[in-house]
Amino acid sequence: MKIRYFAWLRERLDLAEEEVSPPLSVLTIADLIGWLKSRDAVAEAAFSNPRLIKAAIGTEIVAHSAPIAGATVIALFPPMTGG
Amino acid sequence: MAVRLMIGRFDPGAETNAFLIETAGAGAAVTFTGLVRSDPDHPVSRLTLECYPELAEAQLARALAEATARFGLIRAEVIHRHGPLDSGEPIVQVMTLAPHRAAAFAAAEFLMDYLKTDAPFWKKEQTADGEHWVEAKDADDAARARWQT
Repeated sequence: MKIRYFAWLRERLDLAEEEVSPPLSVLTIADLIGWLKSRDAVAEAAFSNPRLIKAAIGTEIVAHSAPIAGATVIALFPPMTGG
Repeated sequence: MAVRLMIGRFDPGAETNAFLIETAGAGAAVTFTGLVRSDPDHPVSRLTLECYPELAEAQLARALAEATARFGLIRAEVIHRHGPLDSGEPIVQVMTLAPHRAAAFAAAEFLMDYLKTDAPFWKKEQTADGEHWVEAKDADDAARARWQT
């Protein structure tokens, strides 16, 4: 699946998007954030406060409890500040 | 119903006039234009708005559908810019058309409250001290929450 990052999350990771194949134990958005965070020190710092991370599967904003099975594009981003 | 995301400037007056060409059944139109604010004590030289376009279009279309159903609108439109913007420039315009003014006002406010918290845009301000991401405000969450039923 493809993960897209936005705003300060994109800057802290120095990555706009990546293809990932998480292990089968990664079932939800919360699991995914935990797994991404565990990969290296940069990710550990970028995802240090998961409560500040919002998620979308496709064009639907979802809760951290949402299952990721079948998702092709997942976006992770900070709280929105438009308008 | 229309959502438009654009990078360049838009002309708020021209957009309002275009919106008001077709007004059958309407007694009220409300236009809200949001501008790039610059605090005199901490002048913002430039604002950059990052956007996730596919999600923004989907979210704003949902907001327009909800506003239309909830307030009985005849028509509504949202224009939102992204990319670099200068101080004082328009960022966003919400236009609503309804039989009566109460619905047109309320729907415009609803749409603005919704898009502040639920549309994927992120502001980065450039000031004399450098650049920083604008933090989400609790007041915006509270404004959004009052429409939840």
